Formats: sequence, C-alpha cells, structure tokens
Amino acid sequence: MTVFLIRRLLQSIVVLFVMSLIVFVGVFAIGNPVDILISPEADQAERERAIRALGLDLPLHQQYLVFLRKAVTGNLGESFVFSESALGLILKRMPATLELALAAMVLAVALGVPLGMWAGLYPDAASSRTIMAGSILGFSLPTFWVGLMLIMVFAVMLGWLPSTGRGQTGTVWGITSSFFTVDGLRHLVLPAFNLALFRIALIIRLTRAGARETLLQDFVKYARAKGLCERRVIFVHVFKNILIPVVTVLGLEFGGVMAFAVVTETIFAWPGMGKLLVDSFNHLDRPVIVAYLLLMVCMFIAINFLVDVLYSVLDPRVRLVTRGT
Amino acid sequence: MRLPGGVAITPTALAGEGESEFRRLAAEFCESRLAVAGLVLFAAVAAVAVLAPLVSPQDPYDLRQLSVLEGKQPPGSPAMAGFRFWLGSDDQGRDILSGIFYGLRISLGVGVLSALIALGIGVLAGLTAAYFGGPLDSLIMRVVDIQLSFPAILVALILLAVLGQGVDKIIIALVTVQWAYYARTMRSSALVERHKEYIEAAHCLALDRRRILFRHLLPNSLPPVIVVVTVQVAHAIALEATLSFLGIGLPITSPSLGLLIANGFQYLLSGTYWISFFPGVALLIAIVAINLVADQLRDVLNPRLQK
Repeated sequence: MTVFLIRRLLQSIVVLFVMSLIVFVGVFAIGNPVDILISPEADQAERERAIRALGLDLPLHQQYLVFLRKAVTGNLGESFVFSESALGLILKRMPATLELALAAMVLAVALGVPLGMWAGLYPDAASSRTIMAGSILGFSLPTFWVGLMLIMVFAVMLGWLPSTGRGQTGTVWGITSSFFTVDGLRHLVLPAFNLALFRIALIIRLTRAGARETLLQDFVKYARAKGLCERRVIFVHVFKNILIPVVTVLGLEFGGVMAFAVVTETIFAWPGMGKLLVDSFNHLDRPVIVAYLLLMVCMFIAINFLVDVLYSVLDPRVRLVTRGT
Repeated sequence: MRLPGGVAITPTALAGEGESEFRRLAAEFCESRLAVAGLVLFAAVAAVAVLAPLVSPQDPYDLRQLSVLEGKQPPGSPAMAGFRFWLGSDDQGRDILSGIFYGLRISLGVGVLSALIALGIGVLAGLTAAYFGGPLDSLIMRVVDIQLSFPAILVALILLAVLGQGVDKIIIALVTVQWAYYARTMRSSALVERHKEYIEAAHCLALDRRRILFRHLLPNSLPPVIVVVTVQVAHAIALEATLSFLGIGLPITSPSLGLLIANGFQYLLSGTYWISFFPGVALLIAIVAINLVADQLRDVLNPRLQK
C-alpha cells in the first residue's frame, strides 16, 4: 500500500511538473512574454521596469525557476483588467462555481438514481424505454445548446425563471450562498439543471446497468427466498451494491462539472470562475488564464490521486494490476 | 510470396469473400430503421455542406448581397432579392438558411479533418504500443491515461490559451483531445489480433515487419476503431461548436455553427429566437445523425453480438 501511494504520488508530481513546463513554454517562451504579461497601455519606462521585475532579462532556465518559485508561493501575477492578484481574483469567484457544481451534482443524483432504478427494475416498460432514449439525448446534446433552449423556453417564452445572474445570496453560519434565499434558488435552477444534464444521463445508465446486474445475483435470490419484502430487497440489498460505482463516478465527475461550468456560467452569466476565464480570454488577460488553468490542473491531479487511493483502499486488486496496464 | 497457382497471399486473398462480408455488414446495419434514417440524414447534411454555394439562396458573406435594412426578419418573410428568408435573417440581413449551409461546411470540415488526423496518430501509437510492447507500450499508455483523466474541454482550453486562436489551432486542440481514444482502442484491439494464428503464420513466412503491421495487423484491428471514429467526429463537432460559442474557438472569419449561435445569443432574450435557434437545430441534427449511425455500427461490428 505504501509503495503504491509513493508511486502514485510521484506520478502526480511528474504530471504537475510537465503541466507547469507546458504552460511556461507556451506563455513565456513561445509567445512574447512582454506582450503577454505587461499591459499594452504601459509606456517604455514602465515596460523596462516590468521586464526587470518579471525577470525577463534572465536566461530561460532561470526564468523557469523564478516562475516555479512564484507559482509555489501562489503568486501568479496580476490581472490587467482588475489590477488584483490573479489567484485572489479566481479564489474570490470560486464559491459561486462550487455552489453551482454542488447543485448540479445534487440534481444529478436526485434525478438520475431513481430514474435509473426504475429503468433497471422494469427494463421492458415503455416508461423505461423513454428514460433510456432521454439519456441518449442527454449524452449527445451539447451543453451550451441545452442552456440556450432552457433560457428560451423557461425564461423568455414562459417567463417562469430568471435567465441570468446569481440572484440574492443569504448567509447562514458564516456561509454565503444562493441556497438560502428563494430568489437565489430560482436563479440556480436553470444553470444547475443545464450543468447536471450530462451527469443525469450518465447516472441513469450506471444505475440501470448496476440494478440489472445485481438483481441476478444469488444474494438477491436468497433475500427473496428468506421472505424479505420486495421493498427491503430493493432499497437495502440491491441499492447498496449499486451505490459503489455511482459514488466513484460522482467523485470523478466533480472535476468535470467544475471544468464544464465554463460553458454554463457563460450562458447564464453566472459570476463564477468559469465566466471569469472566458472574460479573460476575451480581454486577453493572460495572468488570470494561466492562474485558472494551473489551479484546475492542480485540482484534477488531486482528484485523480484521491480517487486512485480510494479505489485501492476499496478494492485491493487495483494495487496489484497498476503496473500491468 | 506466391502459391503454385499464382495466387498472392494477403489477408483477404479471396476478393469475393471480402465483398460478401461487406454486404453482410451492410444488411445487418440496415436492420435498424433508426440507423438508416441517421445515415440518410447525415448524407443529406454532408451533401448540403459540400454543395453550400450551389444550394444556398444567398452568399451570406458577399457584402453586396446583404442589406442591413433586411435585418432580423422573421422566418418566411420575403427578401428583396426575390427569395424567401425561410428561417429568418440575422442582424446584418443575412439569410439564416444560407448561413447554416456555409456554417455546416466549416463545422463538418473541422470535425472530420481533426478526427482523421487524430485517427492517424492514434492508430499509429496504438499499433506501436501493442506490437512492440515493453517500455514503449508503458510510456504511450501512461501518456494516454494521464491525458484521458482530464476533461476534453480543459485540455482544449489549455492548448488554446497557449497557441492562440485560429482554424489550425483549433484543429490541433481537437486532435490532441482525441488521439488518446483512438490509441487506447487500437491497442486493445491489436493486442487481441497479435496473438492470432494468421499473424504467427505471417511471422513464419518471414514477411517483413512493416508488411505484417500494416497489411495484416492494421486492417484486422480496425473495426472497433471505426466505431470510435464516428463517435469522435460527433464529439469534435460539438466541442468545436462549444469553444466557438464561447468565443475562444474559430475566428470570426470562419463562421461555424457555434459562432452563428453565439451571434444570435444576444437577441435570444428579446424574443428574436431564430438567429440562434435554427443553427442550433442544424448542429443537433448533424450530431444526432452521427450518433445514430455510431450506435448501430457498434452493434454490427461487435463480434460478440454477431449471429
């Protein structure tokens, strides 16, 4: 186990190192860093001062070390647009994104698991076929198109829900979130559903496959033979076994939800870090882009590491076959 | 290598057999009406995309044919040039239908081209990994694993941030996102084929390695990869549309469907739905048609389901 942990940790560090190298080479070496990192409005004297301050007069390998040192201490440059620390700016927007991601995950589970269970228990019913056809659509429709349609139908045509912004936030126990106000929740529904749709489809499929597989197993037959009521067989014995793959996929998908929030946040003008990224692309605010990407990459490496470790704790076979891929 | 009768030994020595195999697959494919409908739909979309200049009522990017006075006309209203804006017009007086035809051209072109390049790279990497094994295999597959652990959109965003905008840049980004899927599928398929008797026989005949790799191993390991190609073309089109919609994909000079949708987005809230809506429907038709074909291809080419 320790050997596995160390090996896995080393791999994560290597990936992190390679990623930092790619970003460094891309931004600092291929492009002209003077153009990228210094505001175009700066005059000659300012430029020279900035070049020295950024260490751009040093040889390339030294520049990389400077970049690394700064990155490790969380100093990823200043935004041109907001003249604030890029990382601070992103962290300030993070709660909104986390809130959206959390709402999407809750929706995905709350809708996906029961629908998938239904489709798994009654695979031949017309309702199950409809659910499965719907899940295919959920897979193939592009997120941004679904978002547009949601706005068109629920905000413009029916006028039921607001289409943009985060709405009012409330504070409970020191946590500020839209979950605590009616207005906030109303603003949250459409973007959260939009972000959740792909995951709903995924969880429906997983739950259905899990249910169909588990129903055939001996312990289900035994539970029935023992005379347990059907409700207990399904909701205790079958359900527990379905949860394992669903929970692992949820863990993996959380990162995906954060990444795809870029699309949803842009459509619904949700003030999270994804919208900040797209705005930064449009304003050529490179320090923010670099900071965002590095942050996301770190997050992903952490998530992947945790999931792998969890796997190996839950299923010892994983540790034995990691080398044999 | 020739037999006494003068027949060349190749994996499909009997041409007639290959043809009937194809016919069997075609017949099986046609068993699903939905899949045939998907194929017909995709053929229509592709035809419209290729023939865009001939079938469009208007050249939407010829400024002489546009009039701002005809901007934001609802669907079905007549245009001054004598045709009808069947799907309405955008803010510049561009016919939406013509815009869609030209947009499909770019969307399909970028999607198919990037899928094909990625296919080439992925197949080569997967074949190499499977055939040679050892440290080379570990290295290639580790890279694949690591890349696939990041979502496609994040990889694309990193590349576009590094490379900047442009048609070539987005193709590079799409290829980078996709090649790993092909490599993984190709490797697993080739690993199975590599240990079959005909490869052993080819080795015994002392055929040179390149011939075994490309004439024997490659064609026989391809079927699962073909399924991945169809799925990935749809993914590539959707991803390109998403990135273009966000304004970080294709430049404004290559108006793909994603850009058309983005262009109409600002008018959507005021009820002028058609500028965004119809290009979106076109995108959807293309993606769903490809997915229907892919779904059936998966069943037809899956040896486990063969009757």
